[in-house]
Amino acid sequence: MTWTDVYILRNEVLLTLLVLYHLIVDLTEGKDNGRLVNGTLFGFGLVTAVGFYPVETTSLFGQMFLSDPLRNTLKLILNISTFIILLQSASWLRKPENQPKTGAFYMLIFSTLMGMSFMISAGNFLMLYLGLETATLPLTLLAAFDKKLRRSAEAGIKLLMSSAVSSAVLLMGLSLLYGSYGTLYFSEMASLTDAQALSVFGLVLFVAGFGFKLSLVPFHLWTADVYEGSPLPVTMYFSVVSKGAALFTLMLVLYNVFTLYPKSWTLAAYLLSVTTMVVGNLFALRQKNLKRFLAFSSITQAGFMMLGFVNNDNLGMTTVVYFMMIYSLSNLAVFGVLSMVFNATGKENIEDFNGFYLTNPRLSLIMLLALFSLAGIPPVAGFFGKFFLFTAAAAKGLYILVFIAVINATISLYYYLLVVKAMFINKSEAPVATLTSTWQEKLAFTICLVGIAAIGFVSGVYDYIASLI
Amino acid sequence: MNLQAEIPLDYMIILSILVFFIGLMGVLIRRNLITMLMGVELMLNAVNINFTAFNHYLFPHRLEGHFFALIVMAIAAAEAAVAIALIINIYRQFATVSVDDVDELKF
Repeated sequence: MTWTDVYILRNEVLLTLLVLYHLIVDLTEGKDNGRLVNGTLFGFGLVTAVGFYPVETTSLFGQMFLSDPLRNTLKLILNISTFIILLQSASWLRKPENQPKTGAFYMLIFSTLMGMSFMISAGNFLMLYLGLETATLPLTLLAAFDKKLRRSAEAGIKLLMSSAVSSAVLLMGLSLLYGSYGTLYFSEMASLTDAQALSVFGLVLFVAGFGFKLSLVPFHLWTADVYEGSPLPVTMYFSVVSKGAALFTLMLVLYNVFTLYPKSWTLAAYLLSVTTMVVGNLFALRQKNLKRFLAFSSITQAGFMMLGFVNNDNLGMTTVVYFMMIYSLSNLAVFGVLSMVFNATGKENIEDFNGFYLTNPRLSLIMLLALFSLAGIPPVAGFFGKFFLFTAAAAKGLYILVFIAVINATISLYYYLLVVKAMFINKSEAPVATLTSTWQEKLAFTICLVGIAAIGFVSGVYDYIASLI
Repeated sequence: MNLQAEIPLDYMIILSILVFFIGLMGVLIRRNLITMLMGVELMLNAVNINFTAFNHYLFPHRLEGHFFALIVMAIAAAEAAVAIALIINIYRQFATVSVDDVDELKF
């Protein structure tokens, strides 16, 4: 290990240091956690900022760990999302019942993030599996973080059981791929992959395992329950960071390793995309609880993401990363407003937002913009994300798929507007009282809003992602 | 002793597929969380048989499969530890470990 190696591993090393720090500080910290929360925000802000320094294309540990500008950018997207989540969770952690658990919360969050970082950088399926499990096991504990709540305990066990089965299925796929090629290295496998029955079956199991993490439709059954049962910051983490890491890893593996038989996985992406969009939409229509509603909305968005996978060229990869970026910021803004309301009142149903505009005009405007971005209405960034995804699918001549996707985008507009209608038009006897936001929440909303407003118009963002691939 | 001469690879694969599906059925059919956890462990062990057999019969010059099996075992142990902790938490909240009674969250 030289200093250059440490520089290449910087994100992982810094996250490991944060994990160790929080393990120790948990023993010494007193009753009040204000300093710990702000200090961690500052420290993690620095870690995120370090990610902006460029890296070169290299590998470590004999091709086990790959590092290049694309992977660095993907990790940076996850770090920024996590930073926003930490900002928004600050007031939740300041509550008296959560104060003693602050160190544990940060420790678990940073260890999953470290696992995801390793998963994205993996150059070998063994490394990928290790990263995946390092990411999944702390996540199950985070889902069960509200120890005194029955629904949180239930969310934890549901997530653990489904993710254990899904990773066993994924491992079976890996063992079949190993059996057909005799290697686990991405670089060696990419030159060997010709479609045999065994390897295609392995690929199917691999995609199924990742489908669980991404909550694609035949494998989505855990999503709504876990999202509803977990504490809100953890739900945000699931819907943005965990999903993003699974999406990026699946993307890197499919586009870099299985390059020689794209027909089998683009077809899988086609079918998964259609089922995910349709089923996610139909279930989202009937939800009353906003957390469940956002769970199904995030399933639908995962269906749109799979739309990029039907295109096995660089265009598909670029649009997927671009869409995920916009989705993260919009979703975090919606969750931010929801978490402010939930922390103050404990309400999380759509009808609780009746008359929200009268009492909290700024927050409802933020929510409006973010929901428009999720729905894909033109001036905001979400439109451009969806538009490029549709372009990627249309470039392969799959007009029927694009047609289905457009219909689904229209259906999703209906239920996003239901929330907008509740906030702006519906009257309520007892609307949510006027909320004041802390500086952390203001900063988080600023980052989200700048992203939602600007990413669509600043063409440099898309060009930058395209130049990395 | 030369195992390869006596037991063909096909037998190993059939064994592993059988164990895998016994584990999967255990997860799907059983209602007790501890038994479901045992089913997951069976699935992981089936994968271990696969890796070890492929490595031993097809690619004996490199040891990737054996290493993978070792690491899967370590991770299965970690997973069991986390699972038991969560199951104890469930038992405290619901006074049962049967999944039928753990039904706070529904459509």
